[in-house]
Parts: sequence; structure tokens; C-alpha cells
Amino acid sequence: MRLSTGDPRLRAAAYQAAALAAVILLGWYLVSNTLANLEARRIASGFAFLGREAGFEIGETSLIAYGAADTYLRALAVGLANTFRVALIGIVAATALGALIGLARLSRNWLVAKLAAAYVEFVRNVPLLVQLFFWYAVITENLPGPREAVEPLPGVFLANRGIFFPVPAWSAVHGWMLAATALGAGAALAHARWARRRQARTGRRPPVLAGAAALLVLPPALAWLAGGAPTRFSVPALAGFNFAGGAHLSPEFAALTAGLIVYTASFIAEIVRAGVLAIDRGQFEAAYALGLRRGLAMRLVVLPQALRAIVPPVTSQYLNLIKNSSLAVAIGYPDLVSIANTTINQTGQAIEGIAIIMAVYLTISLVISALMNWYNARIALKER
Amino acid sequence: MRTLLIATAASLVLAAAPDRAAAQTTLAAVKAKGYVQCGVNTGLAGFSQPDSRGEWRGIDVDLCRAVAAAVFGDAAKVRYTPLTAQQRFTALQSGEIDILSRNTTWTAARDSSLGFNFAGVIYYDGQGFMVPGKLGVKSAKALNGATVCVQPGTTTELNLADYFRANGMTFKPVVIEKLEEVLNAYFAGRCDVYTTDVSGLVAVRASRAPNPADHVILPEVISKEPLGPVVRHGDDQWFDIVKWTLFALLEAEELGLSSKNIEQNAASTSPSIQRFVGASGDIGKMLGLGNRWAFNVVKLVGNYGEMFDANLKPLGFDRGINDLWTKGGLMYAPPIR
Repeated sequence: MRLSTGDPRLRAAAYQAAALAAVILLGWYLVSNTLANLEARRIASGFAFLGREAGFEIGETSLIAYGAADTYLRALAVGLANTFRVALIGIVAATALGALIGLARLSRNWLVAKLAAAYVEFVRNVPLLVQLFFWYAVITENLPGPREAVEPLPGVFLANRGIFFPVPAWSAVHGWMLAATALGAGAALAHARWARRRQARTGRRPPVLAGAAALLVLPPALAWLAGGAPTRFSVPALAGFNFAGGAHLSPEFAALTAGLIVYTASFIAEIVRAGVLAIDRGQFEAAYALGLRRGLAMRLVVLPQALRAIVPPVTSQYLNLIKNSSLAVAIGYPDLVSIANTTINQTGQAIEGIAIIMAVYLTISLVISALMNWYNARIALKER
Repeated sequence: MRTLLIATAASLVLAAAPDRAAAQTTLAAVKAKGYVQCGVNTGLAGFSQPDSRGEWRGIDVDLCRAVAAAVFGDAAKVRYTPLTAQQRFTALQSGEIDILSRNTTWTAARDSSLGFNFAGVIYYDGQGFMVPGKLGVKSAKALNGATVCVQPGTTTELNLADYFRANGMTFKPVVIEKLEEVLNAYFAGRCDVYTTDVSGLVAVRASRAPNPADHVILPEVISKEPLGPVVRHGDDQWFDIVKWTLFALLEAEELGLSSKNIEQNAASTSPSIQRFVGASGDIGKMLGLGNRWAFNVVKLVGNYGEMFDANLKPLGFDRGINDLWTKGGLMYAPPIR
């Protein structure tokens, strides 16, 4: 083979090599220049600060134990856990609420459809930050202080310090009840699968709902009785400045989660509606012709097809929700960005702090995309 | 969000700009653009706050005006960048501002690893606690279990944790960056306690509380908070200018020179005053300024006592330890000679 500059393959390779070299050179220039400038101004650099004592307290540490004597690394981990807590609850609830509103907007009931439309148009056209301030103000400005807390149900208190509610005092029996529930759920799934096979074989569908309900409720109830039926509850009670005992949702958490759910649900609603409308009317008509009611036609025929159109855009909504959770800074919820900001300010190491924030969000987003792509591939049209 | 923007911008500036400190001194840059870019608080009465006409007022603002008077002979050649506690350091590191004059506590870490120099102390402060009077709390030792509103990225946040740890008490922090939002949270009752420097508590109580009499500042002062102007490492000339401008404000009060009488007293035969107004010696030239730099500072801005009386006294501040050393306070300027 003769090499010449006229060879298009060689030329292409040379151009690509040159482009790659330029990118690497630019990256090297940025990094080395940054380090030189930091050195010239004697600003500390590197990640050694992660091992130092943080010295500040964090308001919400429900998932990871933390105190002011712990390290910056642990403080950031607490922030990350708080971000996950909001993101997980937000994604599940926004999906449920969004699907409900989206289907409601397609309802034949005029009032239901118009209410859903009004919800979507109002919520998605007001900036999220404003909505977060609104929810936070609703909780902190309208609810009374802990000493005058509202008690809508016995043991449940609403105050500007959050929502306090009783939870069963933990005992070994509750562990057994959890195990029994898992067992029951497994049995209920097996039962449903048996029913499906039976329907495929005989054309008759045995009743599933009652059996499933019994399998879900009875085993934990039996475990509870067998364990001596403990009824002790940890009930919140006013102690000093605040309530002690029971469980507690802070106003910051409640405002952030409510804001994210309501806002993201409005977008998911539109995606669900669009997905359903994308399915040919003929699919409904064919389902009706087979004798399916509207609800069944939706669930068995239309939604499975609509999912293919719904999943990709919903994935980006999930990613948006996680990224939007960084607005927590504004209302004082200690998420990753909030803790990282404090860390940056206490240590002065802005570049490292921003790098950590970016790396974490990038990782979370890529993992969620990968999961959703896998799910999308699973439900995609199988072409045979 | 702005913090992030500034921090990201700072990263980019640090990454992309060739070392500017070496290329041009801060003084030359300030003279070239024609004004001093000064980072101030977003709104703390007595220290830096815009008045009803949008003019910035306060002793931190006056320090910036004094530097402008020393450099340009015109106290109005200042532009202000209002900064939150979290934005202030990146703004200074990145060169967005020339001086940070924003009730900032002088600490070892900030002086070293953040790459700053503190040009002295403009107000000796200490951290305190404010609670609603109706809680009936008389001492900070009785705050066990309280919910405390605090701004992030401050020494306040660290002292708070230290104090409760040292006394074996627990607390719940509510950490909000914007002063307006954190005060809203406190006044709405989200927190039992608001903590910051006592000066901040006095200012907030006087200027923001719906009814100032409803709020009590507890007697404990839990920390030393020397507040002062800050400049970047690496430019000793600019550091000297800011430092000696602050000293000139103190020295003028000690010499009895004020904005009202400095014209008449300029003819005084006292050697100290002669040196101060630039009639003898060339201190100004040594600093890289005109010889009437200190005269201009006092003529256009006033002495430290005048600044205090105009900005802090109306809010109920007492001179206390911020009086001159000759009157039992801590304010002491090295000799200008």
C-alpha cells in the first residue's frame, strides 16, 4: 500500500488526530494554568480538605449519623443522602400524580378534564423557584409555633417546625412483620401468575384481587399477633422548644418535595396525555369491539403501546427533577449543593467543590439514563 | 444559584486568565478603570445598605469611599457589588472586586489558605443570640434543643456548633443563604433563635423586626469577631493602601481632625498633623498615592468616630470596645510617619 496525502482515509485520520491533540492541549493548558494561578495567589488546592473536621451542624441527618466533629466528606455524604431522599420520593410521587392528571385531562367528564387542564397550564407556567418559596411560606407563615401546634388527629401535630406524627415504637416483632409482608407479596405475585396462565389455558379469569389482598394483609397480621401484639407507639410530645418522639417531616423537606412533585407532575401529565393520543383511535375501537370496557381497553391495549412514546421524555423529566432539587439551597434544605456551597465557603476551595457537585450530578444522571434506556429497550416494539 | 455562577466563573477566570496579578497591579487597574469595585453586604443596616435614594450607606461602605478618596481624591468613585456570605470569597479570589468590605471576620484560615490579607479591623464584634421575648429565655445556656436560624459559610455557623458542643447541648440548624429569607424564617417563627454577630442582631432588630421590643438579645457573647476589609494575596501595594486608609480614619479621630475642621487645622504647626495632611514628608508617595491622600479621606468621608456616629449610633450601637485606645477601647493606629 502506498501512503500519500491524496489518500482520503489517511487525510481523515490525520485531521482527527489533529483535533484530538488540540482538545488535549487545551485541557492541559486550562489545568496547568489554573494550578499556576492558584499557586501564584497561594490559594490552597487539592482534596485534602475532605478529611478535615467540618465543624458545622446539618439540620437533617435522618439517613447518615452526623455531628459537627465529623469530616467534610461525611457532611457531603449527608447532603447526597438528602438529595436522594427528595429525588426518590419526588420521582415516584410525580409519576403517579402526573399519570393521574394526564389521564384525567383525557376524561370524558368535562369538569375533571378542565380541572386537569387548568392544573397543568397553571403549574408548568410558574417558575419552580417561586413555587418553592410559596410552599415554604405556606408552611412557615401560616402554621402556628410548636406550643400552639394544630392537632388534626390525636398525636399528629402541624406546626411551623414541620409535621409530627406517631410511629410504632420499634421492636423485633416489626422486623418479623416486614418479613411476613415480603413473603405474602411473593405469594400474591405467584398467585397472579397462576391466574394468568389459567386464563390463557381456559379463557376464564379466576378472581385475583381478594386473594392478593388476603395474602398481603394476613401474614403480617399473624406475625403481629404471634409476637404478642405490641401496641406501644412513639408519640410526639412538646418538650422544651420543640416536639420530641414520633416521626417528623421538616418544613424545608415538605416544601421542596411538594414543589418538585407538583411541578414535575404537570410535565409528566402532558407527556402521558401525548403518549395516549399518539395511539390510533382504531386501537380503542378494536378493543371496544372485543368487548373491553374503557378502563380495561386503556390498561390492556392503549397504555402498553403508549409507554413506548412516554418513557424517553419522562426520563428527561426524572433527570430534571433531580437537578431541580438543587434549588433546595433557596429554602434551606441541606441537599448536596447546599452542603457543598458551605464547604466551598469554609475552605475556600471553589474549584474542587464545584467539581464534586458536577461529578455527582453527572453520575446520578447517567445512571438514571442507563436504567431508563434499559427499561425502554425492554418495552420497545419487538420486531420479529 | 448566583454563588454557583460566581464560583464557576471564578474557576473559568482562574483557568483561562494568564496571571493578571503579575501583569498589572491592583492600583494601576483601579486607576485605569476609574473606580474602586467594592464587595459589600446585600443589606445590613449600619454596615452596608442602600438608603431610600439608592445610595449605599454604612461603615463598610464608608471604608470603600475612603479608599476611593485616597486614590482619586473623589469619594464617589466606587462601584458596589452586593454579596451574600457565600459569594464574597469567590468574588474576591476571582478579581471581580478590588476590596471585600462586608463585615467579614478575620480568621487564620481565611488569611492563609483562602489567599487573602485582612487590612485591619473596622469593628470589633462578637457572636450573640436573639430570641423572641415571649419564649422567656434569659440565657444562651437554656437553649438546649432549640431550632437556630443561621447563614451558611460564616464563622457564625462554626461558632454555633462549637458553643453547643462545648456546653453539651443540641440544636437544629435552619441554614439559609439569603439574609432576607433567613430573617423571614426567624420572624415567621420557623426558628427559636437567630444568631449572628451582635452588631448584626442590633441592626436587624432595629431595622427589620416588626416590633423591636418583642426580641431579646441574650447576654452571652460566644466568640471574637474582628470584622475588617479584605484584599487578595500577592499585591502588597494595594494591601498597604487599604490598611493605611483604615489607619488614617483612626489616626484622624485621635488627632481631633474631622471633615468639618481639617481645612482649618491643615495649617496647624503640629508635626503629626503636618505629616497627616501631607504638608510635610511624603507618606503618600511611599504608598503610591498623592500626598494629600489622608487629607482627602478625612475631608470627604470623615474620621472613624464620624463614621460610627453617622451609621451605627442611630441604631443604638455603643462605642464600647470600638472606642479609641486613648478612651479605653481597642482602636489603635500605628504612627503615620
